[in-house]
Formats: sequence, C-alpha cells, structure tokens
Amino acid sequence: MTEKVKVKHLTKIFGKQISQAKELLKQGKNKEEILAQTGCTVGVSDANFSINEGEIFVVMGLSGSGKSTLIRMINRLINSTDGDVEVDGQSVMDLDKEGLRKLRQDKFGMVFQNFALFPHLTVLQNAEYGLALKKVDQETQEKKAKDALNLVGLNGYDQQYPDQLSGGMQQRVGLARAIANDAEILLMDEAFSALDPLYRKEMQDLLLQIQEKMHKTVIFIGHDLNEALKLGDRIMIMRDGVVQQIGDPEDILTHPANDYVERFIEGVDRTQVLTASSVMAKAQVVNIAKAGPRVALRRMRENDISSIYVVDNENRFVGFADAHDVSDLIKKNSKDLRSVLNTDVPKTHADTPINDLINDISKTPIPYIVVDDDDHLLGIILRGTVLAAISGEEVSA
Amino acid sequence: MKGIGALPLADWINAGVDWLSKFTGFFNSITAFFQAIIDAIQWVFDLLPEWLFIIVILALTYWVKKDQKKLGFMIFEVLGLLLIWNLGYWRDMTQTLTLVLSSSLIAIIIGIPLGIWMAKSNKAEVVIKPILDFMQTLPAFVYLIPAVAFFGIGMVPGVLASVIFAMPPTVRMTSLGIRQVPEGLIEAADSFGSTSWQKLIGLQLPMAKTTIMSGVNQTMMLGLSMVVIASMIGALGLGTQVYFAVGRNDAGAGFAAGIAVVIVAIILDRITQSFNQTYR
Repeated sequence: MTEKVKVKHLTKIFGKQISQAKELLKQGKNKEEILAQTGCTVGVSDANFSINEGEIFVVMGLSGSGKSTLIRMINRLINSTDGDVEVDGQSVMDLDKEGLRKLRQDKFGMVFQNFALFPHLTVLQNAEYGLALKKVDQETQEKKAKDALNLVGLNGYDQQYPDQLSGGMQQRVGLARAIANDAEILLMDEAFSALDPLYRKEMQDLLLQIQEKMHKTVIFIGHDLNEALKLGDRIMIMRDGVVQQIGDPEDILTHPANDYVERFIEGVDRTQVLTASSVMAKAQVVNIAKAGPRVALRRMRENDISSIYVVDNENRFVGFADAHDVSDLIKKNSKDLRSVLNTDVPKTHADTPINDLINDISKTPIPYIVVDDDDHLLGIILRGTVLAAISGEEVSA
Repeated sequence: MKGIGALPLADWINAGVDWLSKFTGFFNSITAFFQAIIDAIQWVFDLLPEWLFIIVILALTYWVKKDQKKLGFMIFEVLGLLLIWNLGYWRDMTQTLTLVLSSSLIAIIIGIPLGIWMAKSNKAEVVIKPILDFMQTLPAFVYLIPAVAFFGIGMVPGVLASVIFAMPPTVRMTSLGIRQVPEGLIEAADSFGSTSWQKLIGLQLPMAKTTIMSGVNQTMMLGLSMVVIASMIGALGLGTQVYFAVGRNDAGAGFAAGIAVVIVAIILDRITQSFNQTYR
C-alpha cells in the first residue's frame, strides 16, 4: 500500500491572536480554554494520519469537530496555521499559486454537501468543468464528461440544467464532475448529507460501485456513522478538532479508543459491519479420532450443554452430536459416534456480515458454525451473542 | 463662524478649472472620441428609413423576448413610433436615441470594469462608492459649466453629463452581482483549480448577468432623464423641443415632445429588461 496523502501536525486556528493560541495549544489547553483566553477558535489541532492509495477514508465528527476545515486544508482551500499535507510526497504548503492550481486540476476532485453545481451551465458543461479549466480539447472534454455521466447513471440528461434535476440527481452530476476530471483523489465534503434517506443509500451504493471499478483515493467527510461504517475502509473520528481514533470499522466498533468514541458508536446499526468472526463463540468440541460416545457425553455434562461439535485430528468439522442420541448409543454399547452425527449444520465464513445471517440465525434450531475455506471449525454463532453484539455489549469470544 | 469668514471654496475650484484647461489636447482627444461614437450611431439612424427602423425595432423585440409575451408590446411600439413620425419628431427622436445609446455605451465600457474592480477589492470599493454618490447627487448644472469650458457646446458635453449621471447604477449593480455569487460556487471553482480570470469569465459574470443588465437598464433610463438638461448645452433631440416649448410657454408642444420621450423610454426599458429574465 502506498501512502497517497500524508497529514503531518496539521493545525488550524481561526482568529486574531494566533501565535498566542498556538502557544496555549502546545501547553495542552483545550478548545474552550483557548477560546476564553484568546478569542481564537481551534479548527483542527495537530492532526496526524496518512491515507492509502485506493482506500475510502472517512472522517467522522459532529458539526464543529473540524472535519470540513480539515478536508479543505488538504487541497488548501483553507491555509493551515501549522503543519503540512503531502500529496504523493509533494508538500502542499510549499506550492506557489500556480503550482497549487496545477495540483488541484490534476489530482483533486471535490464533491460538496450543497452540490455547488454551476446553475448557468448544462449538466454536460458542469461535468466538463474541470477539463475545460485544463484546456483539454473539446472532443476529449465531451467524451470524458459523457463517460462520467454514464457511470453515475445520468445518460440523456446532458442538455438539462441543474435546477431541473432532483437533489439526488444533482449530486450525481457533482460526482461526475469530480470523476470526469480524472482526479486521483476525491474529496467528498458531507456529499450525501443533504439527500433524503432513499437517495442517500442509492448514492452510497453508487460510490461503492464506482470505487470497485476505479479505485480512487476517497476522503469522505460525514456525520452519519452508519454511512461511515458502510463506506469506509478506515474511519477517523474527530471531536473539537482533535483526532480521537483511526481504525477500520470493526476495530472502531469492537475497540472504541475512549468514552467519546464509545458514546459515538452507541445506537449504530452494527449488523452492517460486524462479521461472523466478531460474534462467534468458542465451540465445545470432541476429536473423533480420539474420543468415543462416553467422552463426548461426559464433556457435555461437564459443560452443561446438550450437544457437541465433532472434529477430526486437524480440527476440521465432521458433525454435530446430540446428548440424547449419544446416550442411546452408549446404551446400545456401540462406539460408533459417526452413526449419530448430524452433518446438516448451517455453515458460514468468518467474514460474512451478520446482516446476511440475521434472518436465518433466528430460524435455525442448530447454531451456525463458522468455518474457513478448508472446513476448519473456528467457532459457532449463538443467538445471544449476536443480540449482545448488535446492542453494543462487549463480545467475549 | 463670522470671525473666520467664508472659505474661498469657489475660488479654489475656479483655480482648479483654470489649471485643467491647460490640457486642451487631452480634452480635445476625448471630445473626438465621443464625437466619433455619436456620429457613428447617428449615421446608422439617418441611414434607416422610418418604416425600416420600425421593423428593426420589432425584430429586435421579437428576438430578445423569445418565449415571453410580446404581441401587445409590439403593437404599442408600432403605434408609438408612428405617432412620433406623424408629429414630426422623428429626427429629434433618433438624436435623443443617439445621446442615450452613446452615453450608455460609454457608461458600460467604463462602468462594468469599474464594477468588477469594486467587487474584487474592498479598498477599491471604499474609494469608488463615495465618488458614485457624488456623481449621482451633484446637481447636473454644476458640472455642465466646466463641461462646456472643456468640451464646447453640442452633443459631446451632453453625452458626458449623461455618462456622469447615469453610470453609477451599472457600476454598483456589476459589483453587487459579482459579490452575490454564492461562496460555495466560488469554492467549487477554486477546488478544480481555476484562475481568477476563468472564475470571472466562466462563473461570476454569467451569474451576475441579470443584475448587471438591470444596472444597464437603469443607466439608460437615467440617460433619458438627462435629455432636457443636455439640450441646454446644445445637445440636439427631443429635449431641445421640450426646452424650446418651455421658452415659448407652449404647453401643447411641450407635452407632445414629452410624450415622445416617454414612448422612447418605454421601448428602451422593455427591451433591455427582457435581457434579465434568466441567466442562461
């Protein structure tokens, strides 16, 4: 993985007594204290992270958390007070006016919350905008813009004006405008926040679909955690301009770094993110090569359970034995555990989202087993653990 | 205040005017430039026979109003222009039109760039704004006196007086229109790496077009309101007819010429207004 964007000690302070505020910030004062003493607002405070090529990096936070300021410092729509941003190793702060324009033209495509489409231009002209600035010839402009419009599902709207389209369609134009430009990095500032829920879901799916084809580096700003969990390869949570945690969705949900993140993730729809592996429990097993019916029954009694999973020497799943059947077997004085094994057990893989399982989990009488590609038994999924995980309790596997 | 005595303000200004009259060459070249514009416009009007002029106006109306309602207005144009023709004010009407169009043209050529500058620079705004107030409120007669001294008698000082009085709306509205372009759109243009020139041509001016056009419309109307005053320093046209009628105490002739001015005003106003319907 190559680092596409590297953010180093990035800080933004708004106000007049900036140097004084900077000093206080170094002393570890928080946003309120600095505001009270200097009248300066800390937008972003010492942010350090890097974004890999081809990933969707979601920056999350409530309004006022500095996420919009942060994204604007990446393409220098806002100048930082301190720190630097490197894009492909090039420092953004070092660039002169001309170099900065070149960088924006070549590398960035930005999508805005309120769409920011040019109302006096047609849909096609809007999509051509970035290319027109680069003075690409008209033919190429039109071809690339049309390709981008097709990609976002807007063919046939070329000659319409933005105000003739619905909000969702307008944002498709916004997305097309950013893509047509051949941007390597998409900056999406609350891009879907202004859309109603149905359109929003559609646009999220569209973005994922596009991403599968184009592998852009996407920096996505949002305040909806469900959206972040759905889109993000990695998520960064911010509060009052300070980065709280960076991690993949599962990481954030299962290991919140502090109380704030924990409160933030309360009430989130976990089914989309949690996978079978994060809710599976350890299975009680017996090795069929070593154990017969008596050992199996004793293990069930010891653990106070009514059934047990049977594996071979290499921990590969063989079957599932019920206590009732096993004791019958003992009465018949048979040692053939295999004869009572139930092999018709629902199976799933470790990375299956529980969203896909949840309906079946509630129907099947036998718990799901989690196996890897070679049928090795990794664990089982109990209804109770799933419910606990969805409601946000710590999962102890 | 008695102890101090009156400040010799008038003397200072007279001294200034005297000093300025040393630059005859400069004022002559301005006169020549204005005169060329005026002659060119008047030449076109003199070339057109009355009926063709009416047809041109109708065609222009039809073209600028595209899909707006226009039939009633076109009937008004025909009747109004025929009335002017019938009253014998045709040449006066074209002269008035020349005065208004040339002063508007000059006001636009100077006013729009000035408005752009005023929109882009806060410092420029601070300087230009009071000057505009001055231009709009200073009684026209006051600057007609030195205007005659520098530019002689005739159409040129009339046009100049009209420019001074009529230009401010164009400047103000250009500035307003550009400043009103939403911040988000400017940001979008910046994020794709546009130069300030690309932003101005491709975004700010097209978005400000309707506002600028309403400024131009006001400029024309103010220019028309100057025709009588301009006639006092020898600018020909309907204003001259009104001025003469006042001198002869002939209310009928005054009204007749006045109504012709109103007809010209309505036609100019409606045509320029239809430019600012949409920004597409």
